[in-house]
Amino acid sequence: MRAFQILIDGFAISALYALGATGFTLIFGVSGVLNLSHGAIMVAAAVAAWAAASVLGVGTYAGALIGVGVALLTAFLTYFAVVKPIQDSRRIPTEEKEIFVLTGTLLWGIMIQELIAYFFTNNAKTVLPIVEGVVEILGVRTPKNEIFTAIVCCLVIALLWLLVNRTRTGKAVLAASMNPRGVTLLGLELTNIYIVVWGIYGILAGIAGVLLGMFLGVSSYSVGPLTASAFSIVVLGGLGSVSGSLIAAFVVGYLETLTAYLVSPAYRTIPALLLLVFVMYIRPQGLLGRR
Amino acid sequence: MASFFTSRLFFVSLALVIIAATLPLYVSGYVLGLLTVAFYFGVFAMAWDLLFGFAGEVNFGPTFLIGVGAYTAGILNAQFGWSVYLCIVLGALASVVAGLVLALPALRVRGPYFGLTTLVAVLMLQNFIVVFADLTGGEIGLTIPDVITINAGANYWIALGFMTISAAILYGLSQSPIGLVLQASGQDPVQAGALGFNIVKHKLAAFIVSAFFSGLSGALLVFYFGTASVGTVVDVAVGVNVIVSAVLGGRRTVLGAALGAIFLIVAGEFLRPTGELATFIVSAVALLVVLFFPGGFLGAALSREARS
Repeated sequence: MRAFQILIDGFAISALYALGATGFTLIFGVSGVLNLSHGAIMVAAAVAAWAAASVLGVGTYAGALIGVGVALLTAFLTYFAVVKPIQDSRRIPTEEKEIFVLTGTLLWGIMIQELIAYFFTNNAKTVLPIVEGVVEILGVRTPKNEIFTAIVCCLVIALLWLLVNRTRTGKAVLAASMNPRGVTLLGLELTNIYIVVWGIYGILAGIAGVLLGMFLGVSSYSVGPLTASAFSIVVLGGLGSVSGSLIAAFVVGYLETLTAYLVSPAYRTIPALLLLVFVMYIRPQGLLGRR
Repeated sequence: MASFFTSRLFFVSLALVIIAATLPLYVSGYVLGLLTVAFYFGVFAMAWDLLFGFAGEVNFGPTFLIGVGAYTAGILNAQFGWSVYLCIVLGALASVVAGLVLALPALRVRGPYFGLTTLVAVLMLQNFIVVFADLTGGEIGLTIPDVITINAGANYWIALGFMTISAAILYGLSQSPIGLVLQASGQDPVQAGALGFNIVKHKLAAFIVSAFFSGLSGALLVFYFGTASVGTVVDVAVGVNVIVSAVLGGRRTVLGAALGAIFLIVAGEFLRPTGELATFIVSAVALLVVLFFPGGFLGAALSREARS
Protein backbone atom coordinates (compact mmCIF):
# COMPACT_ATOMS: atom_id res chain seq x y z
CA MET A 1 0.00 0.00 0.00
CA ARG A 2 2.59 2.48 1.13
CA ALA A 3 5.05 1.02 -1.37
CA PHE A 4 2.59 1.77 -4.20
CA GLN A 5 2.05 5.26 -2.89
CA ILE A 6 5.80 5.90 -2.89
CA LEU A 7 6.06 4.43 -6.38
CA ILE A 8 3.30 6.63 -7.77
CA ASP A 9 4.17 9.89 -5.99
CA GLY A 10 7.85 9.36 -6.67
CA PHE A 11 7.20 8.85 -10.35
CA ALA A 12 5.30 12.11 -10.75
CA ILE A 13 7.94 14.12 -8.86
CA SER A 14 10.78 12.46 -10.76
CA ALA A 15 9.15 13.08 -14.13
CA LEU A 16 8.74 16.75 -13.22
CA TYR A 17 12.38 16.99 -12.11
CA ALA A 18 13.45 15.30 -15.33
CA LEU A 19 11.55 17.80 -17.45
CA GLY A 20 12.98 20.75 -15.53
CA ALA A 21 16.55 19.47 -15.72
CA THR A 22 16.51 18.43 -19.40
CA GLY A 23 16.42 21.98 -20.77
CA PHE A 24 19.09 23.03 -18.30
CA THR A 25 21.46 20.28 -19.38
CA LEU A 26 20.71 20.86 -23.07
CA ILE A 27 21.89 24.48 -22.84
CA PHE A 28 25.02 23.44 -21.01
CA GLY A 29 25.75 20.70 -23.51
CA VAL A 30 25.38 22.98 -26.53
CA SER A 31 26.73 26.32 -25.36
CA GLY A 32 28.52 25.61 -22.08
CA VAL A 33 26.20 27.95 -20.20
CA LEU A 34 25.01 27.13 -16.70
CA ASN A 35 21.84 29.16 -16.38
CA LEU A 36 21.35 30.03 -12.72
CA SER A 37 18.11 31.91 -13.47
CA HIS A 38 16.50 28.53 -14.21
CA GLY A 39 14.34 28.46 -11.06
CA ALA A 40 13.22 32.04 -11.66
CA ILE A 41 12.06 31.20 -15.20
CA MET A 42 10.08 28.20 -13.94
CA VAL A 43 8.44 30.27 -11.21
CA ALA A 44 7.70 33.09 -13.68
CA ALA A 45 5.86 30.57 -15.89
CA ALA A 46 3.83 29.20 -12.98
CA VAL A 47 2.94 32.64 -11.63
CA ALA A 48 1.93 33.87 -15.10
CA ALA A 49 -0.30 30.81 -15.55
CA TRP A 50 -1.80 31.40 -12.10
CA ALA A 51 -2.41 35.09 -12.75
CA ALA A 52 -3.97 34.45 -16.17
CA ALA A 53 -6.24 31.67 -14.96
CA SER A 54 -7.20 32.85 -11.45
CA VAL A 55 -7.02 36.65 -11.71
CA LEU A 56 -7.88 37.37 -15.34
CA GLY A 57 -10.03 34.25 -15.67
CA VAL A 58 -8.96 33.16 -19.14
CA GLY A 59 -9.38 29.47 -18.36
CA THR A 60 -6.91 26.77 -17.41
CA TYR A 61 -5.72 25.86 -20.93
CA ALA A 62 -5.12 29.45 -22.02
CA GLY A 63 -3.50 30.12 -18.66
CA ALA A 64 -1.08 27.25 -19.11
CA LEU A 65 -0.26 28.46 -22.63
CA ILE A 66 0.38 31.99 -21.35
CA GLY A 67 2.66 30.54 -18.67
CA VAL A 68 4.73 28.66 -21.24
CA GLY A 69 4.81 31.76 -23.44
CA VAL A 70 6.13 33.88 -20.58
CA ALA A 71 8.85 31.31 -19.91
CA LEU A 72 9.82 31.33 -23.59
CA LEU A 73 10.05 35.14 -23.60
CA THR A 74 12.05 35.17 -20.37
CA ALA A 75 14.43 32.54 -21.74
CA PHE A 76 15.09 34.61 -24.88
CA LEU A 77 15.51 37.72 -22.76
CA THR A 78 18.02 35.85 -20.59
CA TYR A 79 19.98 34.87 -23.66
CA PHE A 80 19.95 38.23 -25.45
CA ALA A 81 20.23 40.56 -22.45
CA VAL A 82 22.58 38.62 -20.19
CA VAL A 83 24.30 35.60 -21.71
CA LYS A 84 25.08 36.83 -25.22
CA PRO A 85 26.59 40.19 -24.16
CA ILE A 86 28.93 38.34 -21.80
CA GLN A 87 29.88 35.78 -24.45
CA ASP A 88 30.54 38.52 -27.02
CA SER A 89 32.33 40.87 -24.62
CA ARG A 90 35.96 41.59 -25.43
CA ARG A 91 36.69 43.02 -22.02
CA ILE A 92 36.08 39.75 -20.20
CA PRO A 93 38.93 37.24 -20.61
CA THR A 94 37.76 33.95 -22.16
CA GLU A 95 38.72 31.82 -19.16
CA GLU A 96 36.59 33.98 -16.89
CA LYS A 97 33.44 34.00 -19.05
CA GLU A 98 32.08 31.00 -17.19
CA ILE A 99 32.05 32.74 -13.81
CA PHE A 100 30.63 35.89 -15.41
CA VAL A 101 27.77 33.95 -16.98
CA LEU A 102 27.12 32.31 -13.62
CA THR A 103 27.16 35.63 -11.75
CA GLY A 104 25.12 37.38 -14.45
CA THR A 105 22.38 34.76 -14.65
CA LEU A 106 22.30 34.51 -10.86
CA LEU A 107 21.70 38.28 -10.56
CA TRP A 108 19.14 38.12 -13.35
CA GLY A 109 17.32 35.32 -11.53
CA ILE A 110 17.25 37.39 -8.34
CA MET A 111 15.81 40.32 -10.33
CA ILE A 112 13.00 38.15 -11.72
CA GLN A 113 12.34 36.71 -8.26
CA GLU A 114 12.12 40.16 -6.67
CA LEU A 115 9.82 41.46 -9.42
CA ILE A 116 7.49 38.50 -8.91
CA ALA A 117 7.52 39.09 -5.15
CA TYR A 118 6.82 42.79 -5.70
CA PHE A 119 3.89 42.40 -8.07
CA PHE A 120 2.40 39.11 -6.85
CA THR A 121 3.62 38.94 -3.19
CA ASN A 122 5.57 36.07 -1.65
CA ASN A 123 2.47 33.94 -1.03
CA ALA A 124 2.41 30.44 -2.45
CA LYS A 125 0.26 30.12 -5.56
CA THR A 126 -1.39 27.00 -6.88
CA VAL A 127 -2.27 27.03 -10.56
CA LEU A 128 -5.77 25.71 -11.27
CA PRO A 129 -5.25 22.13 -12.47
CA ILE A 130 -6.33 21.21 -16.00
CA VAL A 131 -7.83 17.91 -14.83
CA GLU A 132 -9.46 17.53 -11.44
CA GLY A 133 -10.64 14.72 -9.24
CA VAL A 134 -9.02 11.56 -7.87
CA VAL A 135 -8.79 7.96 -9.01
CA GLU A 136 -7.77 4.79 -7.17
CA ILE A 137 -4.69 3.07 -8.57
CA LEU A 138 -3.73 -0.16 -6.80
CA GLY A 139 -5.55 1.04 -3.70
CA VAL A 140 -3.87 4.45 -3.63
CA ARG A 141 -6.05 7.54 -3.96
CA THR A 142 -4.18 9.53 -6.59
CA PRO A 143 -5.17 12.98 -7.87
CA LYS A 144 -5.81 12.82 -11.62
CA ASN A 145 -3.63 15.90 -11.87
CA GLU A 146 -0.65 13.87 -10.67
CA ILE A 147 -1.18 11.31 -13.45
CA PHE A 148 -1.65 14.12 -15.94
CA THR A 149 1.66 15.68 -14.82
CA ALA A 150 3.53 12.40 -15.24
CA ILE A 151 2.02 11.76 -18.69
CA VAL A 152 2.72 15.26 -20.00
CA CYS A 153 6.31 15.11 -18.74
CA CYS A 154 6.95 11.77 -20.43
CA LEU A 155 5.30 12.94 -23.68
CA VAL A 156 7.31 16.14 -23.81
CA ILE A 157 10.57 14.30 -23.15
CA ALA A 158 9.69 11.79 -25.89
CA LEU A 159 8.94 14.67 -28.27
CA LEU A 160 12.26 16.27 -27.40
CA TRP A 161 14.03 12.99 -28.15
CA LEU A 162 12.33 12.84 -31.57
CA LEU A 163 13.18 16.47 -32.25
CA VAL A 164 16.85 16.06 -31.41
CA ASN A 165 17.38 12.71 -33.10
CA ARG A 166 15.03 12.79 -36.08
CA THR A 167 14.91 16.36 -37.42
CA ARG A 168 17.53 18.40 -39.27
CA THR A 169 17.45 21.21 -36.69
CA GLY A 170 17.77 18.70 -33.89
CA LYS A 171 20.74 17.05 -35.50
CA ALA A 172 22.42 20.45 -35.87
CA VAL A 173 21.86 21.03 -32.13
CA LEU A 174 23.33 17.63 -31.35
CA ALA A 175 26.31 18.32 -33.59
CA ALA A 176 26.90 21.69 -31.92
CA SER A 177 27.04 19.99 -28.54
CA MET A 178 29.67 17.59 -29.83
CA ASN A 179 31.88 19.97 -31.76
CA PRO A 180 30.89 23.64 -32.17
CA ARG A 181 33.81 24.44 -34.48
CA GLY A 182 32.94 21.55 -36.77
CA VAL A 183 29.36 22.81 -37.08
CA THR A 184 30.58 26.29 -38.03
CA LEU A 185 32.88 24.79 -40.65
CA LEU A 186 29.88 23.02 -42.18
CA GLY A 187 28.29 26.43 -42.75
CA LEU A 188 25.76 26.47 -39.93
CA GLU A 189 25.39 29.68 -37.96
CA LEU A 190 26.14 28.87 -34.32
CA THR A 191 24.04 31.78 -33.03
CA ASN A 192 20.96 30.36 -34.78
CA ILE A 193 21.51 27.02 -33.08
CA TYR A 194 21.83 28.77 -29.72
CA ILE A 195 18.55 30.60 -30.33
CA VAL A 196 16.81 27.29 -31.13
CA VAL A 197 18.24 25.72 -27.97
CA TRP A 198 17.17 28.63 -25.78
CA GLY A 199 13.71 28.39 -27.37
CA ILE A 200 13.48 24.68 -26.57
CA TYR A 201 14.78 25.39 -23.11
CA GLY A 202 12.17 28.12 -22.54
CA ILE A 203 9.32 25.83 -23.56
CA LEU A 204 10.59 22.95 -21.40
CA ALA A 205 11.13 25.18 -18.36
CA GLY A 206 7.71 26.75 -18.95
CA ILE A 207 5.88 23.43 -19.09
CA ALA A 208 7.78 22.18 -16.03
CA GLY A 209 6.99 25.40 -14.17
CA VAL A 210 3.27 25.37 -14.97
CA LEU A 211 2.96 21.68 -14.05
CA LEU A 212 4.85 22.30 -10.82
CA GLY A 213 2.45 25.15 -10.07
CA MET A 214 -0.52 22.81 -10.54
CA PHE A 215 1.05 19.91 -8.67
CA LEU A 216 2.77 21.47 -5.66
CA GLY A 217 2.28 25.23 -5.98
CA VAL A 218 5.11 27.79 -6.16
CA SER A 219 6.14 31.02 -4.52
CA SER A 220 9.02 33.39 -5.15
CA TYR A 221 10.89 31.49 -2.42
CA SER A 222 10.97 28.37 -4.66
CA VAL A 223 13.44 30.05 -7.05
CA GLY A 224 16.63 29.10 -5.19
CA PRO A 225 15.69 25.49 -4.33
CA LEU A 226 14.46 24.88 -7.91
CA THR A 227 17.72 26.09 -9.42
CA ALA A 228 19.71 24.09 -6.88
CA SER A 229 17.76 20.88 -7.54
CA ALA A 230 18.10 21.22 -11.32
CA PHE A 231 21.81 21.95 -10.89
CA SER A 232 22.41 18.94 -8.67
CA ILE A 233 20.38 16.58 -10.89
CA VAL A 234 22.31 17.72 -13.92
CA VAL A 235 25.69 17.33 -12.21
CA LEU A 236 24.70 13.94 -10.80
CA GLY A 237 23.77 12.76 -14.29
CA GLY A 238 26.79 14.34 -15.92
CA LEU A 239 26.81 17.91 -17.23
CA GLY A 240 25.46 18.05 -20.75
CA SER A 241 24.22 14.45 -20.86
CA VAL A 242 20.43 14.41 -21.36
CA SER A 243 20.00 10.69 -20.63
CA GLY A 244 22.20 11.06 -17.55
CA SER A 245 19.92 13.83 -16.29
CA LEU A 246 16.83 11.66 -16.83
CA ILE A 247 18.32 8.84 -14.75
CA ALA A 248 19.54 11.26 -12.09
CA ALA A 249 16.10 12.92 -11.92
CA PHE A 250 14.49 9.59 -11.08
CA VAL A 251 17.19 8.71 -8.57
CA VAL A 252 16.79 12.05 -6.79
CA GLY A 253 12.97 12.04 -7.07
CA TYR A 254 12.60 8.58 -5.56
CA LEU A 255 15.28 9.18 -2.93
CA GLU A 256 13.43 12.30 -1.77
CA THR A 257 10.04 10.60 -1.77
CA LEU A 258 11.40 7.60 0.15
CA THR A 259 12.97 9.84 2.77
CA ALA A 260 9.86 11.95 3.09
CA TYR A 261 7.59 8.90 3.59
CA LEU A 262 9.85 6.62 5.61
CA VAL A 263 11.97 9.02 7.69
CA SER A 264 10.62 12.53 7.89
CA PRO A 265 9.69 15.23 5.38
CA ALA A 266 12.16 17.52 7.15
CA TYR A 267 15.13 15.42 5.98
CA ARG A 268 13.81 15.18 2.44
CA THR A 269 16.76 16.71 0.59
CA ILE A 270 19.63 15.32 2.70
CA PRO A 271 20.17 11.83 1.16
CA ALA A 272 20.21 13.27 -2.36
CA LEU A 273 22.85 15.82 -1.32
CA LEU A 274 24.94 13.09 0.34
CA LEU A 275 24.69 10.98 -2.80
CA LEU A 276 25.77 13.98 -4.86
CA VAL A 277 28.85 14.59 -2.70
CA PHE A 278 29.69 10.89 -2.86
CA VAL A 279 29.40 10.80 -6.66
CA MET A 280 31.49 13.97 -6.96
CA TYR A 281 34.29 12.30 -5.01
CA ILE A 282 34.41 8.98 -6.83
CA ARG A 283 33.18 10.05 -10.27
CA PRO A 284 33.43 13.84 -10.69
CA GLN A 285 32.06 13.81 -14.24
CA GLY A 286 28.70 12.42 -13.03
CA LEU A 287 26.94 9.18 -13.92
CA LEU A 288 27.03 9.48 -17.72
CA GLY A 289 29.20 12.56 -18.20
CA ARG A 290 32.17 12.98 -20.47
CA ARG A 291 35.12 15.02 -19.32
CA MET B 1 56.43 45.75 -2.69
CA ALA B 2 58.34 48.93 -1.75
CA SER B 3 56.73 50.77 -4.65
CA PHE B 4 53.34 50.11 -3.09
CA PHE B 5 54.10 52.45 -0.18
CA THR B 6 54.64 55.33 -2.60
CA SER B 7 51.74 54.45 -4.93
CA ARG B 8 48.54 56.43 -5.13
CA LEU B 9 46.54 53.40 -4.05
CA PHE B 10 48.40 53.27 -0.74
CA PHE B 11 47.79 56.96 0.06
CA VAL B 12 44.13 56.77 -0.92
CA SER B 13 43.62 53.69 1.27
CA LEU B 14 45.50 55.30 4.16
CA ALA B 15 43.40 58.46 3.89
CA LEU B 16 40.17 56.43 3.73
CA VAL B 17 41.12 54.43 6.83
CA ILE B 18 42.02 57.60 8.77
CA ILE B 19 38.73 59.26 7.79
CA ALA B 20 36.84 56.08 8.67
CA ALA B 21 38.58 55.91 12.07
CA THR B 22 37.36 59.39 13.03
CA LEU B 23 33.73 58.67 12.07
CA PRO B 24 32.55 57.70 15.60
CA LEU B 25 33.27 61.29 16.68
CA TYR B 26 30.51 62.79 14.56
CA VAL B 27 28.07 60.22 13.14
CA SER B 28 25.19 58.44 14.82
CA GLY B 29 25.28 54.95 16.31
CA TYR B 30 22.97 53.80 13.55
CA VAL B 31 25.50 54.62 10.81
CA LEU B 32 28.27 53.03 12.89
CA GLY B 33 26.26 49.83 13.29
CA LEU B 34 25.68 49.66 9.56
CA LEU B 35 29.35 50.19 8.75
CA THR B 36 30.43 47.65 11.39
CA VAL B 37 28.48 44.95 9.56
CA ALA B 38 29.78 46.24 6.23
CA PHE B 39 33.42 45.94 7.42
CA TYR B 40 32.97 42.31 8.50
CA PHE B 41 31.33 41.68 5.15
CA GLY B 42 34.31 43.31 3.48
CA VAL B 43 36.58 40.68 5.02
CA PHE B 44 34.29 37.91 3.71
CA ALA B 45 34.55 39.38 0.22
CA MET B 46 38.36 39.83 0.37
CA ALA B 47 38.84 36.25 1.57
CA TRP B 48 36.64 35.06 -1.29
CA ASP B 49 38.61 37.12 -3.79
CA LEU B 50 41.86 35.43 -2.69
CA LEU B 51 40.37 32.06 -3.65
CA PHE B 52 38.62 33.13 -6.83
CA GLY B 53 40.74 35.97 -8.16
CA PHE B 54 44.08 34.38 -7.41
CA ALA B 55 43.71 30.64 -6.94
CA GLY B 56 41.03 30.55 -9.68
CA GLU B 57 38.67 28.45 -7.57
CA VAL B 58 34.98 29.25 -8.12
CA ASN B 59 33.75 29.02 -4.56
CA PHE B 60 29.95 29.29 -4.49
CA GLY B 61 29.90 28.53 -0.82
CA PRO B 62 31.76 31.30 1.01
CA THR B 63 29.09 30.92 3.67
CA PHE B 64 30.23 27.36 4.36
CA LEU B 65 33.51 28.73 5.74
CA ILE B 66 31.82 31.73 7.36
CA GLY B 67 29.02 29.65 8.85
CA VAL B 68 31.31 26.99 10.33
CA GLY B 69 33.38 29.69 12.04
CA ALA B 70 30.36 31.63 13.22
CA TYR B 71 28.42 28.65 14.53
CA THR B 72 31.43 26.99 16.18
CA ALA B 73 32.14 30.18 18.10
CA GLY B 74 28.47 30.70 18.90
CA ILE B 75 27.79 27.14 20.08
CA LEU B 76 30.91 26.98 22.26
CA ASN B 77 29.86 30.20 23.94
CA ALA B 78 26.13 29.58 24.23
CA GLN B 79 26.14 25.87 25.13
CA PHE B 80 29.42 25.49 27.00
CA GLY B 81 29.98 29.02 28.29
CA TRP B 82 33.56 29.31 27.09
CA SER B 83 35.08 32.78 27.01
CA VAL B 84 34.44 35.02 24.01
CA TYR B 85 38.05 35.27 22.83
CA LEU B 86 38.69 31.54 23.08
CA CYS B 87 35.49 30.96 21.10
CA ILE B 88 36.57 33.36 18.37
CA VAL B 89 39.96 31.66 18.00
CA LEU B 90 38.38 28.19 17.98
CA GLY B 91 35.79 29.39 15.45
CA ALA B 92 38.55 30.53 13.11
CA LEU B 93 40.37 27.19 13.56
CA ALA B 94 37.18 25.21 12.86
CA SER B 95 36.83 27.26 9.71
CA VAL B 96 40.38 26.32 8.66
CA VAL B 97 39.41 22.65 9.03
CA ALA B 98 36.32 23.36 6.92
CA GLY B 99 38.58 25.03 4.36
CA LEU B 100 40.70 21.87 4.15
CA VAL B 101 37.55 19.76 3.67
CA LEU B 102 36.53 22.09 0.85
CA ALA B 103 40.03 21.99 -0.65
CA LEU B 104 39.97 18.21 -1.10
CA PRO B 105 37.47 18.22 -4.01
CA ALA B 106 39.11 21.37 -5.40
CA LEU B 107 42.30 19.40 -5.99
CA ARG B 108 40.33 16.82 -8.00
CA VAL B 109 37.63 18.70 -9.88
CA ARG B 110 37.55 22.10 -11.53
CA GLY B 111 35.21 24.85 -12.70
CA PRO B 112 31.48 24.21 -12.40
CA TYR B 113 31.99 20.86 -10.69
CA PHE B 114 33.93 22.41 -7.87
CA GLY B 115 31.41 25.27 -7.75
CA LEU B 116 28.63 22.80 -7.21
CA THR B 117 30.52 20.94 -4.47
CA THR B 118 30.84 24.18 -2.55
CA LEU B 119 27.16 24.95 -3.07
CA VAL B 120 26.26 21.50 -1.76
CA ALA B 121 28.52 22.09 1.25
CA VAL B 122 26.43 25.14 2.15
CA LEU B 123 23.15 23.25 1.73
CA MET B 124 24.50 20.41 3.91
CA LEU B 125 25.56 22.84 6.61
CA GLN B 126 22.12 24.46 6.48
CA ASN B 127 20.39 21.07 6.82
CA PHE B 128 22.76 20.10 9.62
CA ILE B 129 21.90 23.25 11.56
CA VAL B 130 18.17 22.64 11.16
CA VAL B 131 18.38 18.93 12.05
CA PHE B 132 20.50 19.44 15.18
CA ALA B 133 18.29 22.26 16.41
CA ASP B 134 18.94 21.42 20.09
CA LEU B 135 22.57 22.34 19.68
CA THR B 136 22.38 25.04 17.03
CA GLY B 137 19.07 26.77 17.67
CA GLY B 138 17.73 25.51 14.33
CA GLU B 139 15.82 27.84 12.07
CA ILE B 140 15.13 30.35 14.82
CA GLY B 141 18.81 30.99 15.43
CA LEU B 142 21.16 30.72 18.36
CA THR B 143 21.12 33.39 21.05
CA ILE B 144 24.57 34.15 22.36
CA PRO B 145 24.88 35.36 25.95
CA ASP B 146 28.21 37.19 25.67
CA VAL B 147 29.25 40.06 23.43
CA ILE B 148 32.65 41.70 23.01
CA THR B 149 31.31 45.10 23.99
CA ILE B 150 28.03 46.96 23.70
CA ASN B 151 29.66 50.28 22.90
CA ALA B 152 28.82 51.15 19.27
CA GLY B 153 32.04 53.13 18.79
CA ALA B 154 34.25 50.38 20.20
CA ASN B 155 32.53 47.76 18.05
CA TYR B 156 33.06 49.97 15.04
CA TRP B 157 36.76 50.42 15.77
CA ILE B 158 37.23 46.69 16.30
CA ALA B 159 35.58 45.99 12.94
CA LEU B 160 37.55 48.72 11.17
CA GLY B 161 40.84 47.60 12.70
CA PHE B 162 40.12 43.98 11.88
CA MET B 163 39.25 44.82 8.28
CA THR B 164 42.33 47.01 7.85
CA ILE B 165 44.70 44.36 9.22
CA SER B 166 43.03 41.62 7.16
CA ALA B 167 43.19 43.80 4.06
CA ALA B 168 46.90 44.49 4.64
CA ILE B 169 47.70 40.80 5.11
CA LEU B 170 45.54 39.57 2.21
CA TYR B 171 46.69 42.31 -0.15
CA GLY B 172 50.33 41.77 0.83
CA LEU B 173 49.93 38.06 0.26
CA SER B 174 48.31 38.61 -3.13
CA GLN B 175 51.20 40.84 -4.28
CA SER B 176 53.89 38.54 -2.88
CA PRO B 177 55.57 35.75 -4.88
CA ILE B 178 53.04 33.36 -3.33
CA GLY B 179 50.22 35.42 -4.85
CA LEU B 180 51.91 35.30 -8.25
CA VAL B 181 52.30 31.52 -8.09
CA LEU B 182 48.65 31.23 -7.07
CA GLN B 183 47.61 33.40 -10.00
CA ALA B 184 49.70 31.30 -12.36
CA SER B 185 48.29 28.04 -11.05
CA GLY B 186 44.77 29.42 -11.28
CA GLN B 187 45.23 30.35 -14.93
CA ASP B 188 47.23 27.38 -16.15
CA PRO B 189 47.90 24.70 -13.53
CA VAL B 190 49.80 22.44 -15.92
CA GLN B 191 52.27 25.10 -16.98
CA ALA B 192 52.71 26.42 -13.45
CA GLY B 193 53.42 22.86 -12.31
CA ALA B 194 55.89 22.39 -15.16
CA LEU B 195 57.78 25.47 -13.97
CA GLY B 196 58.42 23.60 -10.75
CA PHE B 197 55.88 25.18 -8.40
CA ASN B 198 54.05 22.95 -5.98
CA ILE B 199 50.47 23.78 -6.93
CA VAL B 200 48.83 21.55 -4.34
CA LYS B 201 50.73 23.24 -1.52
CA HIS B 202 49.93 26.74 -2.75
CA LYS B 203 46.24 25.99 -3.28
CA LEU B 204 45.94 24.43 0.16
CA ALA B 205 47.59 27.53 1.62
CA ALA B 206 45.09 29.75 -0.21
CA PHE B 207 42.17 27.74 1.15
CA ILE B 208 43.57 27.86 4.68
CA VAL B 209 44.15 31.62 4.60
CA SER B 210 40.76 32.32 3.02
CA ALA B 211 39.01 30.05 5.51
CA PHE B 212 40.86 31.55 8.47
CA PHE B 213 39.77 35.11 7.66
CA SER B 214 36.22 34.07 6.73
CA GLY B 215 35.82 32.14 9.98
CA LEU B 216 37.40 34.83 12.13
CA SER B 217 35.16 37.46 10.60
CA GLY B 218 32.10 35.22 10.97
CA ALA B 219 32.88 34.60 14.65
CA LEU B 220 33.38 38.31 15.33
CA LEU B 221 30.12 39.11 13.53
CA VAL B 222 28.26 36.60 15.70
CA PHE B 223 29.55 38.25 18.86
CA TYR B 224 28.57 41.63 17.46
CA PHE B 225 25.01 40.56 16.57
CA GLY B 226 24.54 38.47 19.71
CA THR B 227 22.87 35.80 17.57
CA ALA B 228 23.87 33.26 14.96
CA SER B 229 21.21 32.36 12.42
CA VAL B 230 21.06 30.65 9.07
CA GLY B 231 19.71 33.82 7.48
CA THR B 232 22.69 35.98 8.50
CA VAL B 233 25.75 33.73 8.13
CA VAL B 234 24.87 30.54 6.20
CA ASP B 235 22.11 31.14 3.66
CA VAL B 236 23.05 30.90 -0.03
CA ALA B 237 21.74 34.47 -0.45
CA VAL B 238 24.45 35.72 1.93
CA GLY B 239 27.06 33.90 -0.13
CA VAL B 240 25.66 35.48 -3.28
CA ASN B 241 26.09 38.90 -1.68
CA VAL B 242 29.73 38.10 -0.89
CA ILE B 243 30.38 37.05 -4.49
CA VAL B 244 28.56 40.06 -5.92
CA SER B 245 30.59 42.36 -3.62
CA ALA B 246 33.87 40.96 -4.90
CA VAL B 247 32.84 41.11 -8.55
CA LEU B 248 31.40 44.64 -8.13
CA GLY B 249 34.50 45.97 -6.43
CA GLY B 250 36.78 44.33 -8.93
CA ARG B 251 37.99 40.77 -8.77
CA ARG B 252 41.70 40.08 -8.35
CA THR B 253 42.18 43.39 -6.50
CA VAL B 254 41.42 42.20 -2.92
CA LEU B 255 40.90 45.80 -1.73
CA GLY B 256 38.13 46.31 -4.28
CA ALA B 257 36.19 43.44 -2.73
CA ALA B 258 35.97 45.34 0.57
CA LEU B 259 34.81 48.47 -1.28
CA GLY B 260 32.16 46.42 -3.08
CA ALA B 261 30.90 44.95 0.19
CA ILE B 262 30.63 48.35 1.87
CA PHE B 263 28.86 49.74 -1.21
CA LEU B 264 26.43 46.82 -1.31
CA ILE B 265 25.43 47.09 2.34
CA VAL B 266 25.18 50.88 2.41
CA ALA B 267 23.25 50.93 -0.89
CA GLY B 268 20.86 48.31 0.45
CA GLU B 269 20.21 50.54 3.45
CA PHE B 270 19.70 53.68 1.34
CA LEU B 271 17.19 51.84 -0.80
CA ARG B 272 15.23 50.62 2.21
CA PRO B 273 12.43 53.19 1.55
CA THR B 274 11.78 51.50 -1.79
CA GLY B 275 10.74 48.43 0.21
CA GLU B 276 10.78 45.15 -1.61
CA LEU B 277 12.35 46.67 -4.70
CA ALA B 278 15.66 47.31 -2.86
CA THR B 279 17.13 43.89 -3.68
CA PHE B 280 15.92 44.25 -7.26
CA ILE B 281 17.71 47.57 -7.72
CA VAL B 282 20.96 46.35 -6.12
CA SER B 283 20.93 43.22 -8.32
CA ALA B 284 20.19 45.29 -11.43
CA VAL B 285 23.07 47.68 -10.69
CA ALA B 286 25.37 44.73 -10.04
CA LEU B 287 24.29 43.10 -13.31
CA LEU B 288 24.98 46.32 -15.23
CA VAL B 289 28.46 46.54 -13.68
CA VAL B 290 29.11 42.89 -14.57
CA LEU B 291 27.99 43.50 -18.17
CA PHE B 292 29.60 46.87 -18.85
CA PHE B 293 32.48 47.24 -16.36
CA PRO B 294 33.65 43.66 -15.88
CA GLY B 295 36.73 44.96 -14.02
CA GLY B 296 34.57 46.36 -11.22
CA PHE B 297 35.01 49.71 -9.42
CA LEU B 298 38.66 49.35 -8.52
CA GLY B 299 39.50 47.54 -11.75
CA ALA B 300 38.11 50.47 -13.76
CA ALA B 301 39.93 53.06 -11.59
CA LEU B 302 43.26 51.22 -11.71
CA SER B 303 43.20 50.67 -15.45
CA ARG B 304 42.52 54.38 -15.98
CA GLU B 305 45.50 55.23 -13.78
CA ALA B 306 47.67 52.76 -15.64
CA ARG B 307 46.70 54.34 -18.96
CA SER B 308 47.38 57.93 -17.94
